Amino acid sequence: MARMKFLCDADRCIECNACVTACKNEHEVPWGVNRRRVVTINDGQPGERSISTACMHCSDAPCMAVCPVDCFYQTDEGVVLHDKDLCIGCGYCFYACPFGAPQYPQAGNFGGRGKMDKCTFCAGGPEEDGSEEEFALYGRNRLAEGKLPLCAEMCSTKALLAGDADAVSDIYRERVTARGFGGGVWGWNTAYGSDT
Amino acid sequence: MSQQLRAFLTAVGVIAGLTAAGYGVAIMGAAVVIGDSHAVVEQSSKSDGWRGVRTGAAGRVSIPDPQAGVLIQSEGEIWRSIRNGPVTVIGAWAMFAMLVLLVLFYAWRGRISLAGKPAHREVVRFNGIERFAHWMTATSFIVLALSGLNLLYGRYLFIPVIGKEAFATVTEAGKLLHNFVAFPFMFGVVLMFVLWVRHNLPSRVDLKWLRQGGGLFSDRHHPAADRFNAGQKAIFWIVVLGGISVSLSGLALLLPFAFPMFGKTFAFLNLFGFGFAETLTSMQEMQLAQLWHSVVSLGLIVVMFAHIYIGTIGMEGAFQAMGSGRVDAAWAEQHHSLWAASAEEAPAEDDAVPSAVREGQG
Repeated sequence: MARMKFLCDADRCIECNACVTACKNEHEVPWGVNRRRVVTINDGQPGERSISTACMHCSDAPCMAVCPVDCFYQTDEGVVLHDKDLCIGCGYCFYACPFGAPQYPQAGNFGGRGKMDKCTFCAGGPEEDGSEEEFALYGRNRLAEGKLPLCAEMCSTKALLAGDADAVSDIYRERVTARGFGGGVWGWNTAYGSDT
Repeated sequence: MSQQLRAFLTAVGVIAGLTAAGYGVAIMGAAVVIGDSHAVVEQSSKSDGWRGVRTGAAGRVSIPDPQAGVLIQSEGEIWRSIRNGPVTVIGAWAMFAMLVLLVLFYAWRGRISLAGKPAHREVVRFNGIERFAHWMTATSFIVLALSGLNLLYGRYLFIPVIGKEAFATVTEAGKLLHNFVAFPFMFGVVLMFVLWVRHNLPSRVDLKWLRQGGGLFSDRHHPAADRFNAGQKAIFWIVVLGGISVSLSGLALLLPFAFPMFGKTFAFLNLFGFGFAETLTSMQEMQLAQLWHSVVSLGLIVVMFAHIYIGTIGMEGAFQAMGSGRVDAAWAEQHHSLWAASAEEAPAEDDAVPSAVREGQG
């Protein structure tokens, strides 16, 4: 069984934000909710790097651990999903998440944030695969269609890779060997533990 | 008797001490660790971009929310481990220990009854507005405590019993209730403070009362007390200070990222030589607000167990004082001798209704 992971090659990301746009369009994500974002560090300075980031689908996911209503679940492929019918919008997953992945439709109007929304690794939610209900709540279920997440598929420089951890890290290793340098697999220690 | 008293006081001390120490260590640890990791960020983001990213450095992002520029906030893991660890575990043990202590105390002491015969003459102990303030605070506190405890423990206790769907419905209702019932609670705390603060200033009588164990351990002597004895004064200040603290941190949670107060609090504490981080991210503010809110709430809940015990089954006539607002003159003389004297000197307009007359109304 595959273990799904994202890998962003910071030496390739050109901050075109195509991944962000692809995600918003594919899942019809509402205004103000950004399942994926591109962050540029050392902007305009030597050593500038851009990183595309979203939910990393952690091994020991902090969101799952702190959720008061236990609305998260992890699929056999390691994808962390949640049930919006259970979510009470308390915001705890947002406080716990290292990557700032959980999003809320409202900023906090009297504590009413609405149901949490986050990257699903294009794997939908607990509703029936490919159903209208699933699409309305979580967006497209591409994994059920045998496709990988659209953000990575659309990436013009193939900086963002998504798929089985072994395949993804093999690609990255080949690149680092070929070009002779690499910034490291960003975020993997935090998401999957120090042995990855 | 004195040996039993010492054993009992030791038990109380151990519970209070362990709870306070556990929370103290946890909160100080959280403040120091969360603060420290932030300090590392500021240094390393200049020298080593990647280490900076790992420890919370922010980059530029096109989303109009500066928080989105942070790639990794490691404090979330600290918050998780403290909330799911010491706060949950010590809180549960403290509540359990207090319940055991109260059961043991009841088994040993029984109900503290009125020594001698009632005077069949009543005096007004608490007037209408005082009882209104007390019961508004009390009922809203119980709602807040139950819905709050549900957030911390419900996942472990109720999901296996009623299932996730039913639990989520109950918890969402509880969250809404918690948000709204918070306001009568805050109003009640302010009202009680205004009504009772002048009766709750510490005095010399309190020391004597405390030295004699407040008459908790013996029927023979009731130490003198004014309108409120030292134990009640302690409860008053715990409720007022704890209530204000829990209200402020609760408002910070209610309106996320709107009330950063821990940075300012730490800056103030640093005047007294503490080494807390003064510049906290808005995320760290929220994490500290949540931890502080739950710790103070659990502390208040543990104290309220004892307050509810002594106000109901623990002592004859105590519930009546806050229930009907009237107490027997003999009870007043026994428990609040100094106040009883002054209350009789200046009686309220209808305080001398014979209890025989009132018994019919029951």
